[in-house]
Amino acid sequence: MSSVPVSHPARSVEWHLPSKRRVGMTALIVGESAIFTIFVVAYVFYMGKSPSGPTPSQVLDVPILATICLLSSSFTIWRAEKAIEDDRMGSFTVWLGATIALAAVFLTNTAFEWKKLIYQDGLTISTNLFGTTFYSLVGLHATHVVVGLFLLTSVFIFSLFGWVDSRQSERFGVVALYWHFVDSAWIVVFTVVYLI
Amino acid sequence: MSDYPLPVSHVIDPSTSASERVTFLEKLHGWVVTVDHKRLGILYILYSTFFLLVAGAEALMIRLQLAYPHTHVLSAQVYNRFFTMHGTTMVFLVGMPFLFGFANYIVPLQIGARDMAFPRLNAFSFWMTAFGGFLLYYSFLGGAGLYGVGNAPDVGWFAYAPLTLRAFSPGHATDYWALALIVSGFGTLGTAINIIATVISMRCKGMTLMRMPLFTWLLLIVSMLTLVTITPLTAAQFMLLIDRYLGGHFFDTQAGGSSLIWIHFFWIFGHPEVYVLVLPAFAIANEVIPVFCRKAIFGYPAMVAASVCIMFVSLSVWAHHMFTVGMTSVSNAFFTLSTMLVGVPTGIKIFNWIATLWGGRIRFTTPMLFCIGFLFQFLIAGLTGIMLSVSPWDWQLHNSYFVIAHFHYVLVGAVVFCIFAGIYYWYPKATGRLMSEALGKWHFWLFAIGFHITFDTMHFLGLLGMPRSIYTYQPDRGWNFLNLVVSVGGLIQGIAVLIFAYNFIVSYWRGEVAGDDPWDAWTLEWTTSSPPPVYNFEEEPEVHSRRPLWDLKHPDDPDREYES
Repeated sequence: MSSVPVSHPARSVEWHLPSKRRVGMTALIVGESAIFTIFVVAYVFYMGKSPSGPTPSQVLDVPILATICLLSSSFTIWRAEKAIEDDRMGSFTVWLGATIALAAVFLTNTAFEWKKLIYQDGLTISTNLFGTTFYSLVGLHATHVVVGLFLLTSVFIFSLFGWVDSRQSERFGVVALYWHFVDSAWIVVFTVVYLI
Repeated sequence: MSDYPLPVSHVIDPSTSASERVTFLEKLHGWVVTVDHKRLGILYILYSTFFLLVAGAEALMIRLQLAYPHTHVLSAQVYNRFFTMHGTTMVFLVGMPFLFGFANYIVPLQIGARDMAFPRLNAFSFWMTAFGGFLLYYSFLGGAGLYGVGNAPDVGWFAYAPLTLRAFSPGHATDYWALALIVSGFGTLGTAINIIATVISMRCKGMTLMRMPLFTWLLLIVSMLTLVTITPLTAAQFMLLIDRYLGGHFFDTQAGGSSLIWIHFFWIFGHPEVYVLVLPAFAIANEVIPVFCRKAIFGYPAMVAASVCIMFVSLSVWAHHMFTVGMTSVSNAFFTLSTMLVGVPTGIKIFNWIATLWGGRIRFTTPMLFCIGFLFQFLIAGLTGIMLSVSPWDWQLHNSYFVIAHFHYVLVGAVVFCIFAGIYYWYPKATGRLMSEALGKWHFWLFAIGFHITFDTMHFLGLLGMPRSIYTYQPDRGWNFLNLVVSVGGLIQGIAVLIFAYNFIVSYWRGEVAGDDPWDAWTLEWTTSSPPPVYNFEEEPEVHSRRPLWDLKHPDDPDREYES
């Protein structure tokens, strides 16, 4: 796009606008936060209101390992971001792989937790209010982890083929932004479901 | 010419389509796969015009049923379906797509961009919205699910629980309703993200935030509001589907669930939604009023600030829909006060528009007539809103025709009037031809007269105690004459809309050729040709004031001398 000749060069100012991808992702995150808020509010509103069991204190174990894994994946993806900005592609692939592994540990943990809840404790989404709100809130978050994992794995496969370099660092930054959101959403979900 | 050249655009390659004949199928294919913001904008407008006629016909059927006591035009069940479909259609398939259509078409042109930030997301959003509309109306065919149950949704547009649960709404009608809103909700979310990214990141050189046209400013604010407005509805719809399909208990009162929380979730969406609809109407008035009274808008920074205020305050007023639900007196007081507070920034806007008109050389063209109608009607709508925000008054009139009259004053008297103003104003830009002024004046006067006959009278029906959502009434209630008047007014509005539809279609071929700038306007969309080329601007424009085209036309007295 050619620019219009300006006859008052003194008046002409530097023209920098924010990246449209980052703005778009930020907007998406704001919208997603509203969805999470509604599900968190529903969970908190119905706490202790189930007329029948099982109750959270009877069946829930605090997933400490999974939480550590997910939260530290925010650190590894930040390292990957730094690596791709400096065009250190080997380091990028390693840090990205670590992020994916940590996320996979988190999801596996959730899978085993749900298996235990369903088969040992007999808690499904239709058992009681706790089941309904628990599975929908944790499930909403897990869905976001799955989407993030899909994005990260796609980038990982591309980078194995050598298709990714520092020119894509802005795009990868957008994926990382989403991933940081998924992690911070977990802090809220974890606090509400397992700590309170 | 100005020393700040603006690209008054010439078409670079004179249309290749003229040389080769394009078959109808190729043309259709072009429209279906398009990612051009102008074509998508036109698709939005055509889509919502179609549904405006459909939902308008539903309203006329409702009025036909209510014209006399004990009529049998519609059965009670069909009546419930019609008012549900009328409300849902008007809000989700008419109001929002109309406004997003305008945003799609106008925003990139006004900020000197060649397209939206994410053109493919834009196309995806439109087709999701379109699919949502299709799903909703497919319920007439596929909604029955079980023998003997109704087809279209009949739970009201707010669909209070537990009426929507399986036990009380068997069949698929309610599912079609929920799915349609989820699907079109994703489309809305996509468009909102797109508009925000476009306005923030695609502005041409020199267009700082405080030089943006107010239309663009308001659409930015609306899109931000949409992000946190449509998503709670999506979340609540997912909860409803979990209840209906997976045996969940969110709204199941027998298992400890609460129907109250649905009401909260719905109005957390539902009230900001009113501002999502009305702020773009303000946006259109902000463009039309200054141009047709030949003055710059009065109090530009105050207009921006008031709009931002409305965005924030509108998020904390939802429970004024719930005074009769039974809340604590503290909540009642809070929501009464916050609702009254919205009146302050809105009042600032009304005064600014009046101050813009003050001393202007007003040209009474059709768009301007609609905007003047809007000013009067929106004032009255705001005043009845203040009345209803007083909770004891609301206890008397909740769910009466007074409330119906109030929100139709907002949604028709303000939003629809401004949509018509916008169509008459930008039609020449989109098609290259002006709509007929004579028919436009007929349209305006019939519509305004019909509007007042219908909705002024409804206030009195409400005060006389007529509740909403009833399919008929006893002849000895004293409502007979007023109901007949309301229905006659509805019929007059129907005729006016048909005149509009005729004008809209025929002007495309027979309208007067408009030229690039038929209204002598000041914003960037009027610098390019009508209709604009695919790439909008040959060269990226550069602006130095809020009215770049004024600067170009008046190099001796440019706006930039007066703006800080």
